[in-house]
Amino acid sequence: MDKLRALIVDDSSVMRKIVERSLRQSGLDIAQVFEAGNGAEGLAALQKNKVDLILCDINMPVMDGLEFVKKLAGVENAKGVPVVMITTEGSEGHVVKALSAGARGYIRKPFTPEQVKEHVLPVLESKPLEPKP
Amino acid sequence: MTSSHLAPHSARGREHWLPILQQAIQEVFELMLACSLEVPTEAPPELGLDTTSIVGLAGELCGILTVRCSARTAARMAARMLGTDLERAGPEKWDAIGEICNMVAGNFKNKIAGLGDGCMLSAPAVITGADYRLHAQVDDEVRTVLLFEGEPVVLSLEIHR
Repeated sequence: MDKLRALIVDDSSVMRKIVERSLRQSGLDIAQVFEAGNGAEGLAALQKNKVDLILCDINMPVMDGLEFVKKLAGVENAKGVPVVMITTEGSEGHVVKALSAGARGYIRKPFTPEQVKEHVLPVLESKPLEPKP
Repeated sequence: MTSSHLAPHSARGREHWLPILQQAIQEVFELMLACSLEVPTEAPPELGLDTTSIVGLAGELCGILTVRCSARTAARMAARMLGTDLERAGPEKWDAIGEICNMVAGNFKNKIAGLGDGCMLSAPAVITGADYRLHAQVDDEVRTVLLFEGEPVVLSLEIHR
């Protein structure tokens, strides 16, 4: 597997750091991590950067995670990029909404690094990485 | 806890909410801070608890969930969450205690039948200073005091009319 570039979208800087640490602890070869504090910032980050994986919270100001995931369909750099939601909203209804919007995985907060690995590796393995320019 | 084991959501069922609330915060500390909260053998003095994180609940259950501790305790929590020292974690303490409150609220409502989808959470906010009053039409309160590294942490769920 090539080195990964990941985008972490969460309004908590502490949570973004924890998610990044969990990704690195999962054994993935992380080349670069981009951070965004809400969906709008996430879309802006994707205008400038290609990534292989997106991890995204749901409840965020400005643009929430579900709207962000829906808007990814129109973003060139997000085509085929798997999205895993990481959120406190753990009900079945929220899971269905997230998966219907286009997310490929769902992690409930609180979580362990092992749970991040368990949910992220399958979605990455199901999507071959494309060469980056 | 699977959906088949969810506790009932009714005024009568609230008598069972205290252990569920305690379990919700224990899970957050065990998974995100790699430690457990202790149950004090006697009620600790609640002095100097000048940091209060607050998350609002609306919908099937209306109220607020608060986590209250000292600023130093909040910084220690941030250090444990980030795996760093107290000095580096200090600036992140407001964000950390807010996220803890948010996760406890989410974890709690997901354990009560009908609240997972039927109750929305606000973004967390943090109040600094111990001398304040919050005025609301409180119908009921579920409250517990636990110890984090020997220091008190007050967890309260105020249920509004």
